[in-house]
Amino acid sequence: MLSRTADHLFWMSRYIERAENLARLLDVTWQMSMVPQSEDAANQNWHAIITLNSLDEAFAAKYPAVNAENVLRFMVSDADNYSSIYSCLRLARENAHAVRGTITTEMWETLNFTWLEARDKSFEQILNAGIGEFFEWVKMRSSLSRGTTLGTLLQDESYHFIRLGTLLERADNTARILDVKYHVLRPHGDEGATDFYQWGALLRSVSAFEVYRKAYRDVITPERVAELLILRNDMPRSLHFCMNGVVKNLDLIANRHSGETQRQAGLLHAQLHYARVEDILAQGLHEWLTDFMDRIYILGDGISKDFLVPLAEAA
Amino acid sequence: MCFAGGMETAEIQVRASLSDESTMNFYNEMMDANGGVRAHYQRYDDWLKSTPPERIARKRAEADLAFHRVGITFAVYGEEAGKERLIPFDIVPRIIPSAEWKALQSGLRQRVKALNMFLHDIYHDQEILKAGIIPAEQVLNNAQYRPVMKGVDVPGGIYAHIAGVDVVRAGEGEFYVLEDNLRVPSGVSYMLEDRKMMMRLFPELFAKHKVAPVQHYPDLLLEKLRAVAPKGVSNPTVVVLTPGAYNSAYFEHTFLAQQMGVELVEGRDLFVKNEVVYMQTTQGSQRVDVIYRRIDDDFLDPQAFRPDSALGVPGILKAYQAGNVTLANAIGTGVADDKSIYPYVPEMIRFYLGEEPKLNNVPTYMCRKKDDLDYVLAHLPELVVKEVHGAGGYGMLVGPAATKEQIEHFRQLLLAKPDGYIAQPTLALSNCPTFVEEGIAPRHLDLRPFVLSSGDCVNMVPGGLTRVALTKGSLVVNSSQGGGTKDTWVLED
Repeated sequence: MLSRTADHLFWMSRYIERAENLARLLDVTWQMSMVPQSEDAANQNWHAIITLNSLDEAFAAKYPAVNAENVLRFMVSDADNYSSIYSCLRLARENAHAVRGTITTEMWETLNFTWLEARDKSFEQILNAGIGEFFEWVKMRSSLSRGTTLGTLLQDESYHFIRLGTLLERADNTARILDVKYHVLRPHGDEGATDFYQWGALLRSVSAFEVYRKAYRDVITPERVAELLILRNDMPRSLHFCMNGVVKNLDLIANRHSGETQRQAGLLHAQLHYARVEDILAQGLHEWLTDFMDRIYILGDGISKDFLVPLAEAA
Repeated sequence: MCFAGGMETAEIQVRASLSDESTMNFYNEMMDANGGVRAHYQRYDDWLKSTPPERIARKRAEADLAFHRVGITFAVYGEEAGKERLIPFDIVPRIIPSAEWKALQSGLRQRVKALNMFLHDIYHDQEILKAGIIPAEQVLNNAQYRPVMKGVDVPGGIYAHIAGVDVVRAGEGEFYVLEDNLRVPSGVSYMLEDRKMMMRLFPELFAKHKVAPVQHYPDLLLEKLRAVAPKGVSNPTVVVLTPGAYNSAYFEHTFLAQQMGVELVEGRDLFVKNEVVYMQTTQGSQRVDVIYRRIDDDFLDPQAFRPDSALGVPGILKAYQAGNVTLANAIGTGVADDKSIYPYVPEMIRFYLGEEPKLNNVPTYMCRKKDDLDYVLAHLPELVVKEVHGAGGYGMLVGPAATKEQIEHFRQLLLAKPDGYIAQPTLALSNCPTFVEEGIAPRHLDLRPFVLSSGDCVNMVPGGLTRVALTKGSLVVNSSQGGGTKDTWVLED
C-alpha cells in the first residue's frame, strides 16, 4: 500500500477517535462541574483540560479568562484551535477525502456528513440545544464511523492502519482523561457522596460505569477505577486493551524497518499485562501515566517513520 | 459517482445556444424532417407515450436525489475553491443506431491512428514536414511541441493512448470532428455513471433495447496500459497519477484507479532513482512501470518543465527518455490537437494511411493566410473565431450571437495578430428531446467517444459521453449554468 494512503488512513482514524475522546473528557468535566463546589475549583477543572492539551498559550491569546464557557467554546467550535472537536472532525474528513477511493462509500459518507453537520452548528446553537446532546452526537458519529469500517471494509492492510490509529489514539486519550481527573479527585479523597458522583462521572465518560459494576460488584474506589481503566484486559477503552490491538496490528503490517517499533510496543504491552495496580500507585499514578503517554508518542513516531513517510531510498 | 466539474462545457453551450437564434436547419436525433419518429427511437417513443408522467416524474426525482446526495459531498469543497459544480443528468437517452456507430467508429479509428503516426513522425524523421504538407514552423514553433521528445521511442509508437474526440452532427446528420483531445481528456466517469443510473431507473428499457454495454471501459483501459509497458516487463505495475484532491476531476481519478484496481498516486508518492520510477509503499519502494497521468506536461517534472511545479516528479522525464517507464498519454501530444494543426488532420490521414478521411473536419480559415484573413474579416458576423491556443470557450467570437462592438473588437485583434486565430462557419448542432422545466424540448448536443490505442490496435466502448446544452436561447457563456449529460446508447443489430 502507498505510504501516503496509509498515512491518511492512520490519521483519519486518529482524528475521529480524538474528537470522540475530547467529547468524553469535556462531557465528564461538564457533569462534574454541576456538583456543588467553589468557583475556583470549578475553573481549575476547566483549566486542566487546556493544560493537558498543551494549549495554554493559544487559549490565553484569544480568551481573557478560564471558565466553563470559554474553554468549551475553545475546545468545541474554535476553528483556530487545531485540537477542537470542530477541527478534529474537519481533519478526519480531509484525510478521508484524500483516500476516498480506498475506503468504502459508506465510510466516506459517514465522515463527510459528520463534518458537514458539525460545520453548520454554531457554538450558540450547540449550547441552546444542550451541550450534552452535542457530546452524545459526536460519540455516536464516531461509533458509526467505526461501525461502517468494521461492517464494510476489506480487512487488509488499510484496516490494520485504521485500527492502529484508533487504538493508539485511544490509549493516549484514556490515559489523559484518567490523569487529569484522578489528579483533581484524589486530594479530596474522603469517602462521600460528592466523590461517588465524581468517580461515577469519570467512569461514564469512558463508558465504564456499568462495566465497573459488573466487574467488581462493589463500591467505587479510586484504586479499582485505575485498575479498570489501565489493566483490565477486556475493557475496550483500557490501556491494556488498546495495547493488545496495537501489538496485534503492528505484527500484521510489519516490514523490514519496523523491528524496533514492534519491540517497544511489545515491551509496553508486557508491562501492562504483568503489572499490579498497587505498584503503579506506589510509583505515583501521574508519573506512571506521563511515562505511558511519552511511550505512546514514541510509538506513533516510530510507526510514522517505518511506514508512513519512509525516507525515499533515492538519496 | 458524481457529476462535478472538470469538463469544458462552456464552449459547446455557446455554439449550441447560438443556433436557437438563427434560422438554420437542425438535425433532430429523434424525429425526421416530417415529424415522424426515427426507427431507432421508435421503441423508446412508445415507452415514453405509454408511461404515466407521474412515474417519469418520480424517476427523475429519484435520479436527482441520488445525484444530490453525492452532490452534497462535492459542494463541501466548492466552498474553498468554488470550482466544483454539478452537471445535470437527463433521462432521455441519446440513441445511435448500429450502422451509424460502425461508420463513426471506423472514422475515429482512422483519425486517431493518423494522429499517432503524425506524433511519431514529428518527433523522429519529420517526413510530413519535408513533404511540405504542413509548414514546418507551424509544428516546430508551436508551444506544445516538445523538443525533449525528439528521438525518444515510445512503446508501440503510441503517443495518444487515450483520445477524447469531440464529434457533432450538423444539418443533414453528418458527423464533424470539432476537436481532438489528446492530452488528458476527462469525462469518462460521467459516461459510466450515466449508464449505471439509467439501468437503475429504467431496467425495463434495457429489456426492450439491445444497448451495447460500456461498463468494461476500465478493463479495456487497464489492458491498454499494460500493453504499453516498457520492454521486458511482463507483469507491469500501473498507477494513476493525479494532481490531488483539489483538482476538479479528482473524482474521476479515484474512480478509474478504483475500477482498475491500481494505486492512485500523487507526485510526492513517486521518486526517481537511477532513471527508474518508484512509489513509496508501507513495505518499501516499489517499481512503477506505467503511469496513466492526469497532470499536464508542464507540471510533470520540475527539473524539465515548470520548476515551480509541486505536483510532478523530479527526474521523471529522464526515466521516460531512458524507456524505463511509460507515460500515458506521452509527453508532447498537445501539438497534434492544437487548433492551428487541426485543419491539417485530413491531409495527415491521406499522407500516412493513403486513405480518404472518413470523418469531416469543420472547414477552417487560417487567419495567418492572407486570403483566409480577408474572407474572415468580410464575414465576421457568420463565423466562429477562435484563439489558436485557447480552450474551453474562452477567447472566442461567435459571430451570429455577437454585438457590433464585439465584432469590431475581434476585427482589431485579428488585424493585430492574425496568426493567433482561426475561424470556422457556425455549425447547426443536432438536437435531441430533453427534459427541461417546461417539459420535453429539443436541446443541442455533442458526443465525446473515448478512443484507446496500443500498438496497431485501436478500441473504444460503443458510444461515449453525450453532452447537452440545457439552456435555450442563452447567449451568455456562463460556466455556472454548465451543460448536462445523457446516457448514450449504441443499439446492437
